This record gives sequence, structure tokens and C-alpha cells, in this order.
Amino acid sequence: MTIVVPAETTAHNETAFRATVIISRVLTYGALLLWAFICLFPIYWTVTTSMKVAVDVTQGHLLPWGDFKPDWRGWRSLGLSPDTIFGTSTVRSEFLSRFGNSVVTSIGASTLAVIIGSLAAYGLSRFEYKFAWMRNKDISFFFLSQLILPPVVLALPFLVLYRELALLDTTVGLMLLYTLTVLPIVIWIMRDQFDTIPIELDEAALVDGLSVWGAFWHIILPIALPGMVAAYILSIVLCWNEYFFAALLTSSDAKTLPVMVASQTGSQGINWWSMAALSTTAIAPLAIIGIFLERYIVKGLTAGAVK
Amino acid sequence: MQNTAQATTGEKFAAGSNSISANRRTAGRALIIAASAGLVAMIIVQFLHVVGLSPVGFANWRPVLYAFVAWGVALGAGQVLANGERGERALFVLPAVLFTVAMVIFPTLFGLYIAFTDWNLSSFTGQRFNGFDNLVALFHDTSFWNALLNMVFYVLAVLVEYAIAFGLALLLNAEIRARKFFRVAFLLPFMLSPVAVSWMIGKSIMEYRFGPASVLARVLGWSSPSFFTSPWIARVSIEAMDAWVSIPFIMILLLAGLQALPKEVMEASRIDGANGWQQFWEMTFPLMLPVSVTAIILRIIFKLKLADIVINTTSGGPGGATDTVSSFIYREYRDRSNVGYGTMLAMFYLVLIIIFVTALLNLASRRIRRVT
Repeated sequence: MTIVVPAETTAHNETAFRATVIISRVLTYGALLLWAFICLFPIYWTVTTSMKVAVDVTQGHLLPWGDFKPDWRGWRSLGLSPDTIFGTSTVRSEFLSRFGNSVVTSIGASTLAVIIGSLAAYGLSRFEYKFAWMRNKDISFFFLSQLILPPVVLALPFLVLYRELALLDTTVGLMLLYTLTVLPIVIWIMRDQFDTIPIELDEAALVDGLSVWGAFWHIILPIALPGMVAAYILSIVLCWNEYFFAALLTSSDAKTLPVMVASQTGSQGINWWSMAALSTTAIAPLAIIGIFLERYIVKGLTAGAVK
Repeated sequence: MQNTAQATTGEKFAAGSNSISANRRTAGRALIIAASAGLVAMIIVQFLHVVGLSPVGFANWRPVLYAFVAWGVALGAGQVLANGERGERALFVLPAVLFTVAMVIFPTLFGLYIAFTDWNLSSFTGQRFNGFDNLVALFHDTSFWNALLNMVFYVLAVLVEYAIAFGLALLLNAEIRARKFFRVAFLLPFMLSPVAVSWMIGKSIMEYRFGPASVLARVLGWSSPSFFTSPWIARVSIEAMDAWVSIPFIMILLLAGLQALPKEVMEASRIDGANGWQQFWEMTFPLMLPVSVTAIILRIIFKLKLADIVINTTSGGPGGATDTVSSFIYREYRDRSNVGYGTMLAMFYLVLIIIFVTALLNLASRRIRRVT
């Protein structure tokens, strides 16, 4: 491959070497730009389509102000364009409630998961446990093994269970389920984080008269904060995008944004611009998180995987 | 739960004793026993009520859930009372363990029971135990086996995703300008909701009349670019969308691996006169093997859950060509309300997954050991 620029080899003369360098540069940047285009074009397409009228869509116009005149088309149908934002709109109130549900569910689930996950990870990284036959290794494995559990296995029992618990179609019910799905990931990230903090710090805190919980709260937690932020953001991403459980377990009250998007795609007659506007709102919060907090996402994803 | 735990700790340290008095120990144990008895009593009362043997009870099982939470708090407090510092340490893992056990073990056991019943939510007959009938039906269900076969394709495609991701990671690791921009741009697809992606790519960019991908395909000479009508093309299109969303995940792991490679070793091999290609196969690739295996296994585990994109783009069509097991079971429930049979399928799938992933992990650990 052309990524590594060959070092000076005396056998080659100067011009040949320069040519290789230039060719490899061109190929490298060509590949980079091509993939950047593949990554960004769908997003660009969705955002611009939300401002197109039918003719622009059918004729494949791509450049705003260049070959089509942007219009708040899709946003008007959601009641979110500048001229409709202060009016009443049933679509907007539905949309806002779905959006709100998504926000509440993902923040709630991530918060709960980060709290109980960090505690468990700290315990597993610091103390020796013995529950019946289970030692630390077994307990960790028990948590991580939840990762392979596909949602379908839990979905149907939960459907029946939640009906009995009156948790069907409630935000709390969904939140508990999302907590369960992200908990293994949080524990994985946080254990890795706590393992990098020297145990001498805990010992010093204990000598200073702090309790086990005091040492955790005052000394260790502040150091582990970046890891917690990473785990938190990754959880938010996963919860926000979750569709399977939301589709099965909610019907009207607790519907999340992905379910709303999905229900709109199902109907054939839907306008492209409305769908595009809706999709834009579904991806925008995370795209913004991705742009500004990329560091934490990378940190979260790579925790424990690279040693 | 957290607050209670902390309050209890505070009290303990106010008392300032490390040895636990006999009274305290008894009090702690009594608390746990009392709470357990209360929980069991509540379950029995509610069970008798639901079965119809007792008029006393609640409208639904929700109060039992609260009782479980209260029991958990009591268990934690009792631990601290009875075992002192050992109990306090247990408090760290207790919430997560109780939560997971309640949320996984119980539904899974319950699911096992459902799997052996004939239970259709839309019929009036209610649930009925039917032994191994569901399992027998499963073995005769060609659609299910077809979905499993599709999963084999989707899982194998992970290798292609891996190859692309490796290429991208190498590109990002090279000395380039605007690295930050490219890194963020390459990561973005991972952040997007698969449901939105189903529309953005599957239903609009790949739409056969006006979608840019179709227009491009026509320009390139494919006269009727329909991405979702013939089985293989549909399968590859779905895979392409899933790859688009998840290649960043593999890429990030590999990039971190590349950045952690020992610099001196890489430089040394370069000075030895190895060209780029040789250096990759003789140094980079072997050194990256552990990270690669981790990334591939994680990716396969996530791939086995693939459903959202299929459900929203093709609903398994044409003729089940793009079905994954998850999307198939989803429709089994959504369209036919067949809870009993659907759960049997899911349980069977779970068993297959456990066998497959365990085998994979064993193979991987042996392989890594042989190389390093």
C-alpha cells in the first residue's frame, strides 16, 4: 500500500523518489477524500433534501442556491420552520414529545448505567469478592456476557413482563431496559479506567482516615471522571439510536424518535422533504456530539480493547 | 439506593468501630431476613391473587417491583450492619448485580417457559403448554433457516468491513494534514441512528427513480438500478448500509492499536529497507493481530443483533433474502403476534450464539497465543 512513504534508498535516484512520494501523496489524499465524501454525502443529502421541493428532488438538484432555491419545505411540515414555529402545529407537538422521550430515556438510562456501572467497576477493580462460587473474574464475565444477548431474546418476555408490571409504553420501563443494554459497556470502560489508577492512592486515603466510600468519592472518582464522561457519551449514543425495544414496547406515550422516523418511512406517500427534515432532527444531536466530543467517543470505544 | 448506602456508611464511621458488636451483626441479619420474608410473602400474596385463589392482592405486579427495590436496599443496609467494611465493599457491586439479575435472569427463565407454550396474543385461547411442538416447528421452518443462512453471509462480511477499516486506519495514521477533520468525518456514520440511515440511504439515496446512487449507477451503465429487488443485490445493499454505520467502530479500534505500536520497532524495520508493503505484512499486521481479533469479535457480536436496518429498509424482502434472525422474529411477533413460537426461535438463536461466540473466543485466544 502507499501509505508509508519509503525512506531514502540510495539505489533510487532523486527524481524517481520524488515521483513515488507525489504519487503516494495523491493516492493517500484521494482515498481520504473519497471516504470522507462517502461518509458525509448522505448527511449532506438529507439536510439539503429537507429544503427541496418536488422538482428539485426528481431532477436531482444538489447545490443549494446553485441549482435549487432552498425553501423551508420539510421544516414547515414539521412545524419547525421560521414562519410556522410560533403557530400551533399538531405535528410539531407530536414530534416534540417523541424528541423529549428520546432525550429523557437516553439521559436517564445513561445516568443510571454510569452510576451503578462505575460502582461495580470500582469494586471489581479493587476488592476480592466471593459470591457463592463466583469470584471477581466470574462476576466480570457475568456482566460482560450480557453483551452477546440479542435484544430479541429479551424483547418478548419483557413485553409480557412489562404488561404485568404496568410498565409497557412507559419511559421508565424503556429506561430500565436501556440501562441493561449499556451496563456491560459502562462496566468494561470503567474497569479499564480504574485499573489505570494506582491502588496506592486508595491506600493513602484510607490511612488519612477516609472510609472505603470516602476514598472512592473524594479521591478516585475525580481522577476517573474523563472515563466516566466517555462511558456516558457512548451510552447516550447507543440509547438514542436504539430502535428494537422501543418499537416493541412503546405504542403511544413513550414512543421515541427512531420509532417515529420508522413509522413515517413505512407509509409510501410521505414527502421526501418531510422525511428528510425528520431524519435530520434524529441525527443532528448525535452528529453535533460527534463533532465536538469525538475525543471521548474514541476513548470510550477503545477502552480495554487496546493493551 | 445510592443515597441509602452512603447514609449507612456515614453512620458506621460516626460510630467509628471496626469490630462489629454481636448485637449489630444480629440486627443486620434480622433486617435481611425480615426483608426477604416480606418480599416472598408479597410474591405469594400476589401470585395467589392472580391465580384466583385469594381476593387480597394488587391490580398488577408493580408493587412487587417496589418490594424488590426495597429488599435490595435492605439487603445492602443489612450487609453493612452485619459485615462492616466487608459489607461496604459488597455495596459497590450489589446494585449492578441485583439490577442485572432482576432484568436478565428472570426474563430469560420466563422466556424459556413462554418458548414451550402455544401463545398467540391475538387469539382468544390464551397460553397453552405445548411441549416441544415449537421446537419441531422451528426445524421445519424454512424461513428461519434461511434467515440463519443470511446471518452467515452478514457475519462473513465483517471480514470485508475489517479490511476497509484497516485501510482507513492506516490512512489516518499516516502523516496527513487535517487529520482531525478526517477523523471526525470518518466517525460520523457511527453516531447516526440506523433507522434514520435506513431512510437516508436505503429509501432515498438508493431509491430507484431519483436517488443519487441510482442516477450514478445509470450513468455508469446499469440500466435499471434497483438495489432491493434481486436477492443478492439486496443482501449486499443492506450489508453496505450496515458497513457504512459500523466501519468507524472497527476503524477507531484499529487506529488506537496502530498508535500504540512501538515507534522504534517500526522505524528500525523501515531503515532495514523494507518497503511499505513488506513492512505492513511483516511488522504491522502481526503486531496488530490481538487488536484485530478483539475488533472483529466485538463487531461479530454486534452484527449478530442486526435488525433495525433490515426491518426499516426491506422488512426482510425480497422473499426473505435480506432477513436476519432478529428481523424475522420481530415480524413473527409484529405481524402474527406469535409470542410462544417467536420466543422459541429467539431462545434457539441465543443457544447458537453462545456456542458460536464461545468457540470463536477459544479459537481466538489459542491463535493469539500461537502468534505472540
